Amino acid sequence: MSAKKKDKTPYISLPGISRREFLKTAVTTGILVASSGCASQYSQSLAEQVEIKQGTEEFMFAYISDSHLLDRGKEHRFARSLIKAVEDVNAMDPQPDFVLYGGDLAQLGLREELTLGKEIIAELKPKVHMMVGEHDWYFDMGEAWKEFFGNPTYSFDHKGIHFIVLNSVIVEDYWSETNMSPMDRMLFMAQLDNPKGRPFTVGKEQRGWLSNDLSSVKKDTPVVIFSHSPLYKYYKSWNFWTDDAEEVQGLLSPFETVTVLHGHTHQVLTNKIDHIVFHGMLSTAWPWPYAPEGIPKYTRQMNRADPFNQFDGTGWGKIHTIPNGNVNKTYNLWGRNPTVVSYDRILTEREPISDPSY
Amino acid sequence: MKFLLKALPCIFTFLLALITTTNAEVHTPGRMDRGIPSHGEKTIQVVTACDGKKKVIVEGYYEGEVLPEEKARQTAHLLMDLMEFCELEITAKIPESEMVIQLSVNGKPFISVKNLEEIPLVLTHGGTPHSEREKRIWEAEMDRVIGEGYKIFHDPTLGANGISCDMCHPDASNTHPETYPKFQTQIKKVTLLREMINWCIENPLEGKKLAEDDHRMKALESYIISARAGKKIEPGKH
Repeated sequence: MSAKKKDKTPYISLPGISRREFLKTAVTTGILVASSGCASQYSQSLAEQVEIKQGTEEFMFAYISDSHLLDRGKEHRFARSLIKAVEDVNAMDPQPDFVLYGGDLAQLGLREELTLGKEIIAELKPKVHMMVGEHDWYFDMGEAWKEFFGNPTYSFDHKGIHFIVLNSVIVEDYWSETNMSPMDRMLFMAQLDNPKGRPFTVGKEQRGWLSNDLSSVKKDTPVVIFSHSPLYKYYKSWNFWTDDAEEVQGLLSPFETVTVLHGHTHQVLTNKIDHIVFHGMLSTAWPWPYAPEGIPKYTRQMNRADPFNQFDGTGWGKIHTIPNGNVNKTYNLWGRNPTVVSYDRILTEREPISDPSY
Repeated sequence: MKFLLKALPCIFTFLLALITTTNAEVHTPGRMDRGIPSHGEKTIQVVTACDGKKKVIVEGYYEGEVLPEEKARQTAHLLMDLMEFCELEITAKIPESEMVIQLSVNGKPFISVKNLEEIPLVLTHGGTPHSEREKRIWEAEMDRVIGEGYKIFHDPTLGANGISCDMCHPDASNTHPETYPKFQTQIKKVTLLREMINWCIENPLEGKKLAEDDHRMKALESYIISARAGKKIEPGKH
């Protein structure tokens, strides 16, 4: 089945999507259901009527990302934010199938920071899949992180979807020649607006691994990739950039349904290249502003965060899989209404949506 | 352009003054003719403007001597025009015989101005054009202060909790220095950029605010203003 054909797959409403959002989507897809006054009832009645074209079971998972913990204990503002996200996820009913941690658990890659993060994350009730970010990696080149959380590159299957976790923050060695200390290297990598910084890559070795991993996956199996940096080229000056993005996209493009979820950018961010859909994750610590150029047109930009409210523009999120294997993404912005970026909406939008998110 | 418009009446007056002065040699009787004793000194008359800072030296006349009406009128016009330019102390010398005006600004040695259009430029630069060395020093100093600001902006030790300015403001984005002073709703008063910088230092960074004359404040302001120069304002977005 081509991606174009699949675009017409009817949308199924899911728990957690507002009635307004649901109705709007139902109308756009030509499905009218008699009002019974309750969004969950709509979902049930619709699910009975719509033929599920693929065997993918619907489910939901949550993500928490970019906590940037410092070695300042649980009272530090960033630690309190991560604890808040963990409590929010634990309060979900129903519980998500699993939680993805999107990278940058630590700020300076210190063992103490990662220990604090591991301790807070251990409170999560659902299973957690970990991903690595550059802040976790460049003090000791991932030694402590690997010791705590295992291999940063792996894949798993869940309810018909093939999930792949990549380390996308690999940077060519520029530190040995200049005799940088581990902390110098870390601070250099931690500065987003570093004009002397080098761009991230997935790297040749991991691309080989990815190619091999995908070789046993059927082309009509939905694939979801987790990467820390966006697997496209957003804004090089702030290192919102993955230098071998096209090569990675080339390995993914034969698959009919591909979603990439990435951390790092700390903002509501949506892109679609060919049929691959990309979503940025929120940070629990702070929001980055939008880059001066290169913002993908599918992005529904969030308004500028209020500097007087430390939780504004931050939060966590949910990903609902839909029967065709694509996803609807919900940004749970603390202090604002949730922002839903549905797969259907991405397909039908020609211009970026400018309505405010609160 | 504005300067040129201002300069035109002055230039015109200078021309008239010079012509008159030159002509005066021919038509105005010499001092011996007027019965004033010579002391072997050059005869000059100094006329001072009401600001006390602008003076015109009219050669060929004794102090206190009544100037011919036309000469007096041109001298007064010259003073008025000089006063248009700036607040500096300016002395203009109208020589008896040469078609040049000599200017001294803030007590510096007189310089000759042959092309009258040069006068506004000469006055702007305080009587001496900038040398390449001066320009290099000023640029280096400016870069030094901005560079110091860049370092402080990226330094978590400005605060107390490990957070630095750049973590929310890469390349000083979202700082909008060009919009200050403005009424900052949350602070409930008209706020200067430096007050907002101090708010960030005290709150997200949990540090101690800087004194207004602290060199770090000057450096931070310099970096932020230079980094945002010419950037498009998009309220609510960046």
